[in-house]
Amino acid sequence: MDTLVPILYIIAFALFIYGLMGLTGPKTAVRGNLIAAVGMTIAVVATLLEVRHNWVLIIVGLVIGAALGVPSARTVKMTAMPQMVALFNGVGGGAVALIAWSEFRTSTGFLDEPGYVVVASMFAAIVGSISFWGSLIAFGKLQEILPGRPIGLGKAQQFVNGILLLAAVACAVVGGMGGAPQIWIIGLLVLAAVLGVLVVLPIGGADMPVVISLLNALTGLSAAAAGLALNNTAMIVAGMIVGASGSILTNLMATAMNRSIPAIVAGGFGGTTTLPGADDGIDRTVKSTSAADAAIQMAYASQVIVVPGYGMAVAQAQHAVKDMAKLLEAKGVEVKYAIHPVAGRMPGHMNVLLAEADVSYDALKEMDDINGEFSRTDVTLVIGANDVTNPAARTDPSSPIHGMPILNVDESRSVIVLKRSMSSGFAGIDNPLFYAENTSMLFGDAKKSVAAVTEELKAL
Amino acid sequence: METGLLANLAILVLAGFVGFAVISKVPNTLHTPLMSGTNAIHGIVLLGGLIVLGHLENPSVIDQILLVIAIAFGMINVIGGFLVTDRMLGMFKAKPEARQAPDADKVATNGKGH
Repeated sequence: MDTLVPILYIIAFALFIYGLMGLTGPKTAVRGNLIAAVGMTIAVVATLLEVRHNWVLIIVGLVIGAALGVPSARTVKMTAMPQMVALFNGVGGGAVALIAWSEFRTSTGFLDEPGYVVVASMFAAIVGSISFWGSLIAFGKLQEILPGRPIGLGKAQQFVNGILLLAAVACAVVGGMGGAPQIWIIGLLVLAAVLGVLVVLPIGGADMPVVISLLNALTGLSAAAAGLALNNTAMIVAGMIVGASGSILTNLMATAMNRSIPAIVAGGFGGTTTLPGADDGIDRTVKSTSAADAAIQMAYASQVIVVPGYGMAVAQAQHAVKDMAKLLEAKGVEVKYAIHPVAGRMPGHMNVLLAEADVSYDALKEMDDINGEFSRTDVTLVIGANDVTNPAARTDPSSPIHGMPILNVDESRSVIVLKRSMSSGFAGIDNPLFYAENTSMLFGDAKKSVAAVTEELKAL
Repeated sequence: METGLLANLAILVLAGFVGFAVISKVPNTLHTPLMSGTNAIHGIVLLGGLIVLGHLENPSVIDQILLVIAIAFGMINVIGGFLVTDRMLGMFKAKPEARQAPDADKVATNGKGH
């Protein structure tokens, strides 16, 4: 038994690594996920072999977890995926914090524990608590329970955050002396919780995917620290792999949005919430169009590029879009889909939604591949996308999103924007594209609008 | 104990490099599923709850509550994480018959240890 468990752990983390490698390629991803899940099952079974007490409680915990996790994972809508990931990440961090707290209690304040156990446990407690509360705020923002706009203390923010972190570390030092009263670890958990809330609250909704990825990496690190404290190799390896790969992934995402991670954490979009450009002299009238006009325009185009955004996802219009594209293709129009790296709410989110509607994988073009094509395109159909098409990112240095790579939609001969109303996008900023001369707006629910255009196309 | 700690630190550092190496080039399309997949893997914290509670003789009521919640949290993280990732990736599967059937048996393979 003494060697069986370590051997099973080795098998488990080998499977994690192999599974993760699979997850990096589109063909092998499904199998990779399954392999990692098998690794996890082995790790859990191996750990259960070492359980000596409290079987009933353990089974109760596992059953409650499964009863809550399985239905929510299976029923969540594809559009709500990002916040679900945030939530699952958060409970992982919460588990780490609770374990550290319980260890503190049962070892009477780490009395007679070696120094590294104390350090690792305290680190796990702080990071776990930050991750739990930060993820809950991220969930609240994406679920629109909390406003997506940055909420913060302005200039004092970083100072306050710094003080909170120092105070939490101070609690860890005092509480880690050995035999300290429990109030210190509770104080540490509370301070870290406030810090987690305050760090995520000022971050604008558009940056949320990067934040979730960052919190994901943090939870990984806290899991590794907890593994160090418990002398458990499976936890060390799995936690650290997630910590490292999560950091890289966070960086990749931030690069895709042309945002630096420190800038994101320091406060979303510079904290300005005023709409820029209200006095920039652009003629601020919009042209609206009808479904019939839009249908005619597209039917006689040689190339149409569809730019799907979160609005399309919310309206569940992907199937309607697919039907419309089929009709257009039957008329000899070439239809392509331009996918911004952060279309939807997360990188890759839009690909998932379109794949759900059976849109051919080849028709989905990434931003760099399609940006050169807009100038050769007759009609670009923007469906519920906003910030990723905002030319201000290219032209207006004062814009909060200046420098973010965008789809050069404004270069195409004409642009039709499907939108519910003139409200601003997730980043809360105005979009000059809507006022451009070659742009016309088709107001209404995306799904109904697309269906109306499809009807008109059939009639042509 | 010291050698144990050093061995663990060595494992920690090496695992860090493995993590960096594995995620070197990933298409944008897979960022979200990959984040979700790594998210499921740090559900390994479940083991921590199992170990602490499984070795505790006569835990106090508070410890029982803390650890049962910790185990439930860990289980949600693991099982929810893998299921959600699988659903996302299911969208990329072969075209003809969509994605109802596969989910059912995934639950069976993921329903671990009880």
